[in-house]
Amino acid sequence: MNEQAKPLARETWFARAKRFALELWDVLISPSSVFGLGVLVLAGFVAGIIFWGGFNTALELTNTEKFCTSCHEMRDNVFTELKSTIHFTNRSGVRASCPDCHVPHNWTDKIARKMQASKEVWGHLFGSIDTREKFVDHRLELAAHEWARFKANDSLECRNCHSADSMDITKQSPRASAAHQRFLFPGEKTCIDCHKGIAHQLPDMRGVPGWQ
Amino acid sequence: MTSALRTLLVVAVLLVAAGSLAAQTLNFGLRGATPLNDEGPAPPMAPTRNTAEREARNYPEQPPVIPHSIDGYQVDIRGNKCLSCHARARTAESQAPMVSITHFMDRDGQFLASVSPRRFFCTECHVPQSVTNPPVSNDFVDIDTMLSREAPGGRR
Repeated sequence: MNEQAKPLARETWFARAKRFALELWDVLISPSSVFGLGVLVLAGFVAGIIFWGGFNTALELTNTEKFCTSCHEMRDNVFTELKSTIHFTNRSGVRASCPDCHVPHNWTDKIARKMQASKEVWGHLFGSIDTREKFVDHRLELAAHEWARFKANDSLECRNCHSADSMDITKQSPRASAAHQRFLFPGEKTCIDCHKGIAHQLPDMRGVPGWQ
Repeated sequence: MTSALRTLLVVAVLLVAAGSLAAQTLNFGLRGATPLNDEGPAPPMAPTRNTAEREARNYPEQPPVIPHSIDGYQVDIRGNKCLSCHARARTAESQAPMVSITHFMDRDGQFLASVSPRRFFCTECHVPQSVTNPPVSNDFVDIDTMLSREAPGGRR
């Protein structure tokens, strides 16, 4: 008796869902008989502002040092390493926090990066780097992703603050000045080609071009 | 009588000596006027000499000093920042001096393809220089200066 009742129940459920969807569609496409067009447009406008503002506020909340370091994978590994570098404390007190270097500032690029980062949420939930040993094992792969990203966008996140145009090479050390004139200004190399490992420790560099 | 006088004299001399010792402030170059049983304030860190111009060695075997800043340079099992300029294959691009060929040699005198593990940690011998007044003076004279001094009897 049960075996006969089951398919019947499923059919009923499906039919009910279909009927509900059709009714909803009918309501959505037929003109309102209660609200005026102006009220609807205005309400839609206000709701749009609230949605958009809420969306961007939530997005910006995920773009803070506090949010990034709320996971122990970030707090105990890369954030700890950042603390001893010049991008964390320096004479002028300007700090580059996580998203300044790791999230593009342009909106479309930012959304693209945020969608990519959903993979990192997956990794956090399933503990792919939840111990120091696992993190060190994956370090080269993780670093290589970031190097490739910087290489592809011509070190855009570096250049958001460090512009080649406003660089005063006479204030640089002779070594830095010579290297920037030879490689940076003609566009032969981009920042990340030479400045790897300036904010975090390096992975095993064997096999990385330019390293031994 | 004389023995009592002598004792008095010795006691007086000892008292004077003890007083002068107590009044003396020890003033050594490195620790300054801080008493021996106290820890003085740390002196400010001197800036690193960053001219990138080679310095003369004081004797031929001296490891050349590093004439530039090496702040944040990672030299460990995972990588060697120094070698990203000073390795043989990197010197054309960097125009930095190549690590000496002696660094390719293992302890049996065999030459390896690249820097030998026992010569990998650069700062064990090569050090950057600070811009500061040395607190301890040094009257080291190099061999050329020594030889060019006129020897007694006019012979060299």
